[in-house]
Amino acid sequence: MNPIAPSHWSNRDFPVAARELLEDSQTRSNVRHATNVIQAKRDAVAGELPDWQQLREAGEAIRAHSLAHLDYYLEQFEQACTRAGGQVHWARDAAEANQIILGLIQRYHVDEVLKIKTMTSEEVGLNRHLEANGIRAHETDLAELIIQMGGDKPSHFVVPALHKNRMQVREIFQREMHLPELGERPEDLAAAARGYLREKFLRLKVAVSGANFLIAENGAVCIVESEGNGRMCLTLPDVLISLVGIEKVLPRFQDLEVFLQTLPRSATGERMNPYNSIWTGVRQGDGPQEFHVVLLDNRRSPILGDAESRQTLQCIRCAACLNACPVYHQTGGHAYESVYAGPIGAILTPQLHSMEEGRTLPYASSLCGACYEVCPVKINIPEVLIHLRGKIVEEDQKTLSGQLGLWNVGMQAAALLFASASRLSLAQHLGRVAQKLFVARSGMIEHLPLMLSGWTQTRDLRPLPEQSFREWWAGRTPPGDVAKRELAGVDQAAGRGGLHGE
Amino acid sequence: MESRLNARSEVLGAIRSALGVSQDGERIAAEYAALPRGYKREATLTREEMLQLFVHRLEEYGAGVSRIASDGIRDEIAGRVEARGCGRLVIPYDLPTGWLPAGFDFVPYGGGGEASPMLSAAELDRMDGVLTGCTVAVAETGSIVLQSGPWQGSRALTLVPDYHLCVVFAEQVVETVPESFARLEATQSLPTTFFSGPSATADIEMTRIKGVHGPRFLDVLLVE
Repeated sequence: MNPIAPSHWSNRDFPVAARELLEDSQTRSNVRHATNVIQAKRDAVAGELPDWQQLREAGEAIRAHSLAHLDYYLEQFEQACTRAGGQVHWARDAAEANQIILGLIQRYHVDEVLKIKTMTSEEVGLNRHLEANGIRAHETDLAELIIQMGGDKPSHFVVPALHKNRMQVREIFQREMHLPELGERPEDLAAAARGYLREKFLRLKVAVSGANFLIAENGAVCIVESEGNGRMCLTLPDVLISLVGIEKVLPRFQDLEVFLQTLPRSATGERMNPYNSIWTGVRQGDGPQEFHVVLLDNRRSPILGDAESRQTLQCIRCAACLNACPVYHQTGGHAYESVYAGPIGAILTPQLHSMEEGRTLPYASSLCGACYEVCPVKINIPEVLIHLRGKIVEEDQKTLSGQLGLWNVGMQAAALLFASASRLSLAQHLGRVAQKLFVARSGMIEHLPLMLSGWTQTRDLRPLPEQSFREWWAGRTPPGDVAKRELAGVDQAAGRGGLHGE
Repeated sequence: MESRLNARSEVLGAIRSALGVSQDGERIAAEYAALPRGYKREATLTREEMLQLFVHRLEEYGAGVSRIASDGIRDEIAGRVEARGCGRLVIPYDLPTGWLPAGFDFVPYGGGGEASPMLSAAELDRMDGVLTGCTVAVAETGSIVLQSGPWQGSRALTLVPDYHLCVVFAEQVVETVPESFARLEATQSLPTTFFSGPSATADIEMTRIKGVHGPRFLDVLLVE
């Protein structure tokens, strides 16, 4: 078996992982509560803007344009950032990104670094790589701190510890921060994090961040956050290293006027998050005097070549699609076994692994379209899900075991059946006879055999009716006669009406 | 070093081969100029409605707000600082001295020289608060924008102390986010910080609570 990439935790199929999580009623109730709260807030603040749809359209157009000319804008960013005193590095894959960052940190002979929440660093497994080389990375975002201290994994990329409630957080902090008297109010827990991290912010010399946006025209980097831990890391250390996916570039500074409206409203349901930082290179007397940007490909570039799924890279990581998704609501993020969970994770994860891992994720959706409706950059996730399902089937059909597999044989048979009316009718007759074996006392089919058992695992199936629609249609009264009768009825009614009027 | 150059050309090469043809700058600029921008970019409220909205948004975030006339700045600063129990505040070295009431210790920062040395983060942490101006403010979102411009100092100054008192002039307030970007365009490469209320988090059960790592207390003087 291939070694598992850090961004994909295991090769377990979604249905297997989901089943396990569905039995964890505490996590389910935490996830349900949190997603309901964010979604209600998001709906209110997105709904109050009369130009919300125009903002989505502009956001989509700007992101699609940036991706269509990604080489041009990345080179422009590199030039501008370098001119402003930043240093730009390129990483083909996770291993190269880790190696570059480790090398930079080792130059300063430090064994501790600060970190701002970055899913990209989760994607490359940076913390583990640093730890293996004797460097401790301190997560500073409250939720990431909870995850790190609890030895847990993020389940949501805006609120990574959304699956934990206050009592669980208190337990972790009591144990890890040695605060036996710690209270359970969110205020107490935030104050504990402030006290614990303050000393580190003031002392540590190197910080690692991600970025929300890169600006090509002036080489600026933008980070959107709430707590001020980001500002601490961007401002106080001597050295800042930002690891950023190549897709995050925007052409111009002014483009932020769109995304700084749609991102906070979509992500946390706020009109504006407490802090946005935008900086360009190095500025004397203000902030880190050494600044590095590591641009990460890690199999993003091949996605650009697929016209239908390129839009996946438009994502600005607001996680609104997670909060809106009925599947995510039930399972939470861990069932996706991936750094990127939810609907966007279901399309991004398999593509980041050249469709070799996460192959069940495109099926982890009811295709209801709620994700598309809330997406601030209008990624048509259901369309990409279907496209990826198609790719998976096509690839399966290339192998002998795929061709002879039950699914393929079944689907090919179904295709033959539906292609001809007489064959369909014959199949219906046979079905009515065969189903007698399976119809339960309730009048419903509760269990089906073999590959069909997946359907009846979670629901009952209504049996085929005595008569099909086509049979009914053939035996009905001809439409002309019905129309005549109805017209006669109308005449009679009109006549009565006239009498009353006289 | 060689492997680094390889990485750069390989990544750019992979992007180019995925995209097909890359276009020249002029074509790209024309395409960019034609992108749809049908969203609201201009104000729709009257000046007074806009200022009221700004005050309302700040109050929703839990900031204290006073609307005052320009000759009342010094007295209001005295009142606010007194009420917060602050004795020693750091100020950008170029802040107007006319703003500063007697009876408090105002420590200038960032001008260079002995009168206004650079303070370390630990020294800033020992201050009771910070007093600054701003570059622009957005009514619709209750946001205030700081750049390393006049009366604002560097980023650490407004981050480490636990209390921030910010003076905003009415003419610095715009209604919408796009208007604020139009005003920031010329100075876009300065370090820029948007702040909207005191620092906060909703990471625990999605309850917004004030005060994590940035200033936990914020007062704004809106001057007309």
